[in-house]
Amino acid sequence: MRSQNRYQLDTLSVVYFLSLVMLGWINIYAADYNLDGNTPFFDLNQSSTRQLIWIGASFFLIAVIFILDYRFYDSFGYVIWGVSVFFLLAVLFFGKEVAGSTSWFEIGFIKIQPSEFAKIATAIGLAKYLSSQNVGVSYKYKLGISAFLFSIPMGLIIMQGDLGTAMVFGSLILVLFREGLSAKLLFFSFYAVLLFLLTLLIDQWILLFMVLALFLIGLGLFIKNRKALIFIFWLSILSCGLIKSVDFVLNQVLKEHQQLRVMSLINPNADPLGIGWNVMQSKIAIGSGGFMGKGFLKGTQTKFDFVPAQTTDFIFCTVGEEQGWLGATLIMILFGAFFLRLLTIAERQKSRFVRIYGYSVVSIMFFHFAINIAMTIGLFPVIGIPLPFFSYGGSSLLTFTMLLFILLKLDSQRMEQLEH
Amino acid sequence: MKSRILGIKFFVIITISVLSIRLFSIQIMDTDYQEIANRNVIQQGIEYPYRGLVFDRNGKLLLYNDPVFDLMITPKNVDLSDSLLIKKLLFITQREFDQAYLKARSFSRYLPSIFYKQLSNEKFAALQDRMRDLEGFNINSRTTRGYAEIGLANILGYVGEVTQNQLNRDTTGYYKSGDNIGITGIEKTYEKSIRGLRGVKYRNVDVQGINMGSFENGAYDTLPQPGQNLVLTIDGALQKYAERLMEGKIGSLVAIDPSSGEILALVSAPSYDPSLLSGRGFSQNFVTIQRDSLKPLFNRPLQAMYPPGSMFKTIQALIALEQDQVQADEIITVNGKLIGDHAPPGKYDLERAITKSSNNYFFKVFRRVIQQGEHLSPFIDSRMGYKKWRDYVLQFGFGKILDIDLPNEKAGFVPSLKFYDKIYGKERWKFSNIYSLSIGQGELLVTPLQMANLGVILANRGYYFTPHLVRKVGTESLDFSQKSFIEIDTGHFESILEGMQALVSVPGSRAYIPDLVFCGKTSTVENPQGLDHSGFMGFAPRNNPKIAIAVYVENAGWGARAALSTASLAIEKYLNGSVKKKWLENYVLKGDFQDAKPE
Repeated sequence: MRSQNRYQLDTLSVVYFLSLVMLGWINIYAADYNLDGNTPFFDLNQSSTRQLIWIGASFFLIAVIFILDYRFYDSFGYVIWGVSVFFLLAVLFFGKEVAGSTSWFEIGFIKIQPSEFAKIATAIGLAKYLSSQNVGVSYKYKLGISAFLFSIPMGLIIMQGDLGTAMVFGSLILVLFREGLSAKLLFFSFYAVLLFLLTLLIDQWILLFMVLALFLIGLGLFIKNRKALIFIFWLSILSCGLIKSVDFVLNQVLKEHQQLRVMSLINPNADPLGIGWNVMQSKIAIGSGGFMGKGFLKGTQTKFDFVPAQTTDFIFCTVGEEQGWLGATLIMILFGAFFLRLLTIAERQKSRFVRIYGYSVVSIMFFHFAINIAMTIGLFPVIGIPLPFFSYGGSSLLTFTMLLFILLKLDSQRMEQLEH
Repeated sequence: MKSRILGIKFFVIITISVLSIRLFSIQIMDTDYQEIANRNVIQQGIEYPYRGLVFDRNGKLLLYNDPVFDLMITPKNVDLSDSLLIKKLLFITQREFDQAYLKARSFSRYLPSIFYKQLSNEKFAALQDRMRDLEGFNINSRTTRGYAEIGLANILGYVGEVTQNQLNRDTTGYYKSGDNIGITGIEKTYEKSIRGLRGVKYRNVDVQGINMGSFENGAYDTLPQPGQNLVLTIDGALQKYAERLMEGKIGSLVAIDPSSGEILALVSAPSYDPSLLSGRGFSQNFVTIQRDSLKPLFNRPLQAMYPPGSMFKTIQALIALEQDQVQADEIITVNGKLIGDHAPPGKYDLERAITKSSNNYFFKVFRRVIQQGEHLSPFIDSRMGYKKWRDYVLQFGFGKILDIDLPNEKAGFVPSLKFYDKIYGKERWKFSNIYSLSIGQGELLVTPLQMANLGVILANRGYYFTPHLVRKVGTESLDFSQKSFIEIDTGHFESILEGMQALVSVPGSRAYIPDLVFCGKTSTVENPQGLDHSGFMGFAPRNNPKIAIAVYVENAGWGARAALSTASLAIEKYLNGSVKKKWLENYVLKGDFQDAKPE
């Protein structure tokens, strides 16, 4: 009786995990299916077959995680973070450049992407720091160190040229919010992102005029309140600065292929055979699915290769085309239920480390989920991040499995965890 | 903290709702995407029908569809380092290979295009055995018109891709760019029956346009319907023999079955090999043929117009008899001075006048016909006589088209009253102005087809059928049984036929065919530009006629030589199946009639 209480795996999460992996595999099979009917059952040329091997590998990894002592992650938190930063640095010098990004180590057959491992390491490192006893340390100092912990890997990954993966680390701001980050800062982050997107969509002079108009309205409304006036003043100055700097970022900082991806979000129809092709074809595939979808293995847009990267970043096209709005929404609800479950698990921890780690897991996975789907339906630029458990690929499947099962391992032994 | 936790959960739910609403708008609200998706993957392919086959009257295949094999290349799949085999099999150099490869590549890397056109049988056989080793190559078949014989070009015609002009003029809306259409011959006249009906095949294509199989298992496809077959009235053997006889000459031969109007042979010389205008070589060969100074595209039996010459005397006699201006047994004495004549002066009845082709006899007869003395003014009298005479001539099918089922038939020319009024002034012309007509010269112009039709009228003693080339379209027999009667008493024919028989069916003469009584009339058609044309018109046998025939050989002098010999051989071939008079055959084949000056 006692041992059961002490060691309890969260079955519901495991069921969600297995369902997502299984549905993901089915859609990879469908996306990769040859319509002529000559799809061999076990052929390593098929993504679906290779994905089976990766699923097997992830089960092996789960076993390893459960054998390892749960205290490992807490105790070696900084070491894990440090090792991952070391590898991120090393890949800049010794990595192999693929499609404009230098994010892979190639050792014989094996390709390793340190940025994937960095997601787990950063989550652990951040959890380790935030859960540590640090009485007497100022809020600003704590915030600064936290920001340092995820900006270092983020910066290194940007240097590799993989902006999409780097953006994932930004999602950890949600963890900070849970741990007491001021709502104002979160609001400013969102405001900055919103203004950034608006700058892409609307002519910057119109936007500047709108800021000016809002400033004047604010001036009229809060003429008596000096504090509010100062706030409005600085906000307007910052807004103008951001709007002007977007132009600079677009033309000076981003690489050409990244610029094109951002531009294609603005008007995918302008250049249907160029970079906008991905988004256009992806929307056509999903849009043609209708309410019920075309049926399993009946999708034409994905089968005939109209959608690029259909088994990886654009796997959701197959869901949308073959399962329709109903299937896509059901799968999103499944994801939603899964995320809410993980939040519940995070909240029931006595250990702050596990709770913070739990939030990190949800933030990272949710960011992947939301941005991946948003980019397939033209709500976000194509930044090339996978859909958790769905997209074909060993690194991403193993990373998400590790993220999840380290949490479930820690949760299973929560009765033994010390309270910090 | 509680509110923040709730806030985060709420954020997750809101995000999913936003995504779901966005999906709803593009998947359900906006139907454009479904259309675009279909446009992406469904491609409409036209399936061209086979054109109908064409047979001769005895069921011998004349015109069919010839499979042609092209070697196609899909550049993406070709291993360039291993092009030795293909070069060896096609006997091409590295440079030729590179040229063809680059041309295909510039069209598309993923779609097949022609690498080598119209493989010869040997190359096709050699390639077929090795196709497995030729990655990226495949053989594609299409059809062109195939001709069983080198001849018949002027009858069958040719097909070609429909032009923009024809598309603009097409009121039925059937034709689309890329379709074939009959341009001349029966390919044109019977286009609607012979063309068949296009089929449509919907298929799925992938992003590179590669065929990925049929759409919905072909539920919306329609099969092409092959065109209807035609059975011609042409006798293949006779046509071939007649073409051989006319080889190396300029002229026409027309043979018609008098009992039906069915054309047995229709030769235009010189002609061209119809297969030159089939398939890829069309444009190049067409220019060559068109520039030929002997105009092989000119369909002489229907389009060449000559004066009828002495053959016309048969009509003169019939009209005069019908109008009671002469009696068959009436003796007319001629001195040979009214008009130039090869016949001796003396006493002539109608039969002898036909046989000897007495110009002076017919001069006198025609004068009676034109000047019947019904008016005191010779001008008005001539005008009245000429009008009646002309009405008879038109009944024989001259001066108008006979409406044969081939395009571009010419009407010939029988001068109208207005025509002469214009030349001489109204009531300022009389018999002395138009006497040349009496011997079939002057302004009269006829086509060889019209002359053969005269043979039919004489054979039938007074009527003809619309001459035609097609008996059967598909399974339906065409009805040409309508007779066109000439208002001349049947009894008037016999004395003329007697004269015609006496001309050609004399034992020992060149045209004589043992055990066969046949009738004919020759012409030596005056030709101001050069040597006279040799003409003949007749039919055989005299009783129960089976074949009516007309022959024109240009610049061959005496009608009694080239034309009569050719006609006699054709008649013998058709009625007896073979020709016994090899010496005459050699004489005609040699074609050396140039020494044939009037004796």
